[in-house]
Amino acid sequence: MNARAAAAVLLAAMALAGPAAAQGAGGGGFAGLGSAAEGFALPDPAWRPDFPADHGPHPGFRIEWWYLTAALEGPDGRAYGAQWTLFRTALAPGEGAGWSSPQVWLAHAAVTTETAHFAAERLARGGIGQAGVTADPFAAWIDDWAMQGLPGGADALDRIALRARGEGFAFELAAEATGPVVLHGSGGYSVKGPGGQASHYYSQPFYRVTGTLTLPEGPVAVTGTGWLDREWSSQPLDADQAGWDWLALHFDDGSRLMAAQVRGAAPYRFGTLIGADSAARPLDGDAVRLTPLAGARVAGRDVPVRWRVAVPDAGIDVTAEAVNPQAWMDLGVSYWEGPVRVTGTHPGRGYLEMTGYSP
Amino acid sequence: MMRAGMAAILSHWRRHPVQLAMLLAGLMLATALWTGVQAINAEARASYARAAAVLGQDRLERFVAEGAARFDQAAHVALRRAGWPVSPVLEGRIRAGGLRLTVLGVDPLTAPPQSGLAGLAAQGGFLRFITPPGEVLAHPVTAARLTEAALPGGPAIRAAEGVPEGTLIADIGIAQAMLDAPGQVSRLLIAAEVPAGLPDWREIAPGLVREAPEGAGDLARLTDSFHLNLTAFGLLAFAVGLFIVHAAVGLAFEERRGTFRTLRALGLPGGRLAALLAGELLLFAVVAGGAGVVLGWLIAAALLPDVAATLSGLYGAAVPGSVALRAEWVAAGLAIAVAGTLAAGAQALWRIARLPVLAPARPRAWAMAAAGGLRAQAAAAGALAVAAGALAVRGDGVVAGFALIGCLLLAAALALPVALHLALRAAAARVRGVLAEWFVADTRQQVPGLSLSLMALMLALAANVGVATMVASFRATFTGWLDQRLAAELYVTARSPDEGARLASFLAARAEAVLPIVSAEAVLDDAPGQVFGMADHATFRDAWPLIAAAPDVWDRVAAGTGVLVNEQLWRRAGLRLGDPLPLPGGALPVAGVYSDYGNPAGQAILGLADFDRRFPGLPHQAFAVRTADPAGVAEAVTAAFDLPPDRVLDQAAVKRFSLAVFERTFAVTGALNLLTLGVAAVALLASMVTLGAMRLPQLAPVWAAGLTRGRLAALEMARTLMLAALTAVLALPVGLALAWVLLAVVNVQAFGWRLPLHLFPGDWAVLFAAALAAAALAAALPVRRIARLAPADLLRVFAHER
Repeated sequence: MNARAAAAVLLAAMALAGPAAAQGAGGGGFAGLGSAAEGFALPDPAWRPDFPADHGPHPGFRIEWWYLTAALEGPDGRAYGAQWTLFRTALAPGEGAGWSSPQVWLAHAAVTTETAHFAAERLARGGIGQAGVTADPFAAWIDDWAMQGLPGGADALDRIALRARGEGFAFELAAEATGPVVLHGSGGYSVKGPGGQASHYYSQPFYRVTGTLTLPEGPVAVTGTGWLDREWSSQPLDADQAGWDWLALHFDDGSRLMAAQVRGAAPYRFGTLIGADSAARPLDGDAVRLTPLAGARVAGRDVPVRWRVAVPDAGIDVTAEAVNPQAWMDLGVSYWEGPVRVTGTHPGRGYLEMTGYSP
Repeated sequence: MMRAGMAAILSHWRRHPVQLAMLLAGLMLATALWTGVQAINAEARASYARAAAVLGQDRLERFVAEGAARFDQAAHVALRRAGWPVSPVLEGRIRAGGLRLTVLGVDPLTAPPQSGLAGLAAQGGFLRFITPPGEVLAHPVTAARLTEAALPGGPAIRAAEGVPEGTLIADIGIAQAMLDAPGQVSRLLIAAEVPAGLPDWREIAPGLVREAPEGAGDLARLTDSFHLNLTAFGLLAFAVGLFIVHAAVGLAFEERRGTFRTLRALGLPGGRLAALLAGELLLFAVVAGGAGVVLGWLIAAALLPDVAATLSGLYGAAVPGSVALRAEWVAAGLAIAVAGTLAAGAQALWRIARLPVLAPARPRAWAMAAAGGLRAQAAAAGALAVAAGALAVRGDGVVAGFALIGCLLLAAALALPVALHLALRAAAARVRGVLAEWFVADTRQQVPGLSLSLMALMLALAANVGVATMVASFRATFTGWLDQRLAAELYVTARSPDEGARLASFLAARAEAVLPIVSAEAVLDDAPGQVFGMADHATFRDAWPLIAAAPDVWDRVAAGTGVLVNEQLWRRAGLRLGDPLPLPGGALPVAGVYSDYGNPAGQAILGLADFDRRFPGLPHQAFAVRTADPAGVAEAVTAAFDLPPDRVLDQAAVKRFSLAVFERTFAVTGALNLLTLGVAAVALLASMVTLGAMRLPQLAPVWAAGLTRGRLAALEMARTLMLAALTAVLALPVGLALAWVLLAVVNVQAFGWRLPLHLFPGDWAVLFAAALAAAALAAALPVRRIARLAPADLLRVFAHER
């Protein structure tokens, strides 16, 4: 789950109450994600995806995101990470004309190097064209940031170009899928907690990424692997679930693993193991194990930046360690997000996201 | 020695409490009027600054449309998508609940972070704020006044500190609905930090121009001349007040010559003495100035509601009705009190410092001007008159206008003693009889002593005549203009475009003519203005108040090949008939000029068809209705559409409303006028009281020759009245000259319209009587004292050789 959602509601939070209120986890879950959802559509176990239409927005649901992370490498072998995220938050279900649209858009972009982390955000109203998503041809944009479908793929998401900029950084990346879109949970219906909260959730985990990061020192040509998450829901968290830890790992053997836990009274774990042949196997309960191994002091709080990730019955037991432990997204809603190096039974690389760690 | 010296000097005031009271009262009044005006101005300016600072607009660059007040929000989206950190603002004005309100539409999500708007919106639900009918934020005072009012589009009103009074902040989408400007914005604010390497905005949004931040905002610019007007009035009042101070200080110094001689003889150096006296003046300045500041605050508080109403009616500027104590005008008030006192006493101090030790301390009437002094005064008056003439011919701008007024009044004041002297000399040559000759001679001797307070009286009277004539001329012109301008019998305004359309067809069936009134905000001659669309109809052809026009003006306007401009735009832009006027959608030649006293902003009128072409999508919602039965039609409309009374107005109601605004506008002027006259009366009283004491040696021989004290008192009163009458007569031409300057120079510069001068002899008679009454009042106390002089005092004059 990558509840990157975090941010989603944040926008409302940011514009309306300021970060302090947004972070006020007490009772409302991280960034208010635990609050009620009257009038919004609810995820339906019987739902089956309809592409490319489902690549587009679902305004009847409260939150939705287009979330791409890329674990990258420079010509000298140094590790980098890039993030491009667009959140849609509906203040009320459905669409409205022009400025009266209740849809609000928020975007985060970041670049991580081994020694630095850059992040930026953008906010926009729906209805006027400043931000939005179209399914076919695929395009997601806010201001001059874009995730743009390119012609030539079987699926609208197969070939995409990414662009974003912020203070101190910019990137232009191209991503090409080497495998199909993968559904999480049960046919894309992904349960998030013991109370039965769920989301519609699918990914494109097979991107090969090339492009250029522009950093204060100058441009860096990069290559690597990318992972796009698509998720929408209306109430993903229990009120007592304060945050989550999420990993998307690209193993060198071509297989992929998504492993996550929502931290409530007891952690609620789930994941998906994706074979090199793209066959997906949902993991639940004890099938996936997540153990923090070492923490770091980040932005005044203790955050685990080295994890043991194990799927015993698949023979997977790896350690994921942050490329840069200080990959703190110091934005309207703040959280940790950055690339990891993977060692162990299945070496590779990936991305780690952690929310809800209070100072 | 210093302490003893100070005690000796101050003892004078214990013996002459009335003189002390005069001095302090004069200084206090002068400071009070000046401070009051400054406090009003400061309050108004602070509120403009608050309005300009909303959204941090006073610090941010902006994109605006070239030649148009608004443009399509597509430019905003295009610039955002090119990476430009811009945020849209839509600004417009509405009337609701009897208030003129500024509606500010903003997008809270892109608004610059320093705007503080996020905080405003945070107090309530964002969803409620952005979705129809929406919610507007208003200052608590404004919100309270709008509780009964219906705003267009029906948004809820929420009180929020931090919003300027008279301003409604709404989401931009809600504001577009309220202002009937779908998809339109007024400007795009550019964030303080613009990333490097963005594409050229000219290519993304052609037709926009990039402008520097506007520190003060439109309001400050528009109202500048109004505040200068007030300042000039305050300065005049202060100058009149200084006459009192000068008179009282001079007199006190002369009367204490004996004391000074004694102190000097006892060994106090001249410089020390002067320092002591300066210290004494400083003490008075601080005490009286402090009291004046407090009084000024009270005056400002009393006048501000009227000023606020004027500013709101004339400029749409909202100024709160209460005056906050501000360091700027408190300090300025005290400073000017001190500076004024020292200036008024400088001459006396200078003389004291140089006084020979044993100079004869003979009491002589203070400031007894010799013939040489009169000649110098006449020369100065002449020079100032020449300067005034030069300013009248060559001067430009409001400041030059007031400089002209200053020269004119000062010249007249300096010329007054000369004129009185000449008049009395002529009288002396004519009168026969011992008593009459003594009366004239004695009056001539008195004039120098009274001349300063007579000058003050004349200034006050001249200002009164001038301002009253200006206001009355304005009122006469305005009333006639209203008659022309409001030719239709009924004015009806619909609440929505849809209702407007139904209203038009409903009225068409019942009235002789239904003439739509449409307008749009536009930039005219680089300033905010309004463009109107006018139907081609005999109503306008016959009655519209044109002051210059091409022969076929109405045909050209109807055909869309010519434009009418109002007088203020015509003068400000220096247009001539036939000159092209840049307008949204292309320039048009000026075909005619009409007088317009509604507001100081520029206006242009297009033919209705041409207007609709240039401003597509603006609905027809307001109508002028020609009908023989206005009451019947009004009743039918009200019944059929359930329109509130303020949307169905007959001609008389509109006129009544307009005249009420007019009267309120000049209420402040009237009040200041009256106060100035009061200050002049006090000045006269001060002079009379202080002179009275020194008159004894001159009156004693006349009394001894057989004139009763009652007779002497009557003669004294007659003299005062005669001098006041002479002064008033001389003030009349000065006042008329002042009125001319106000109408033909200051008004043109400040408001953009030139008014004909009307004469109102009836008002002069009233003022003449007021001047005599003021003089009689001022003379009453000294005259009563003469009537009650103890014969022993009069006899003592012959015994003492002072």
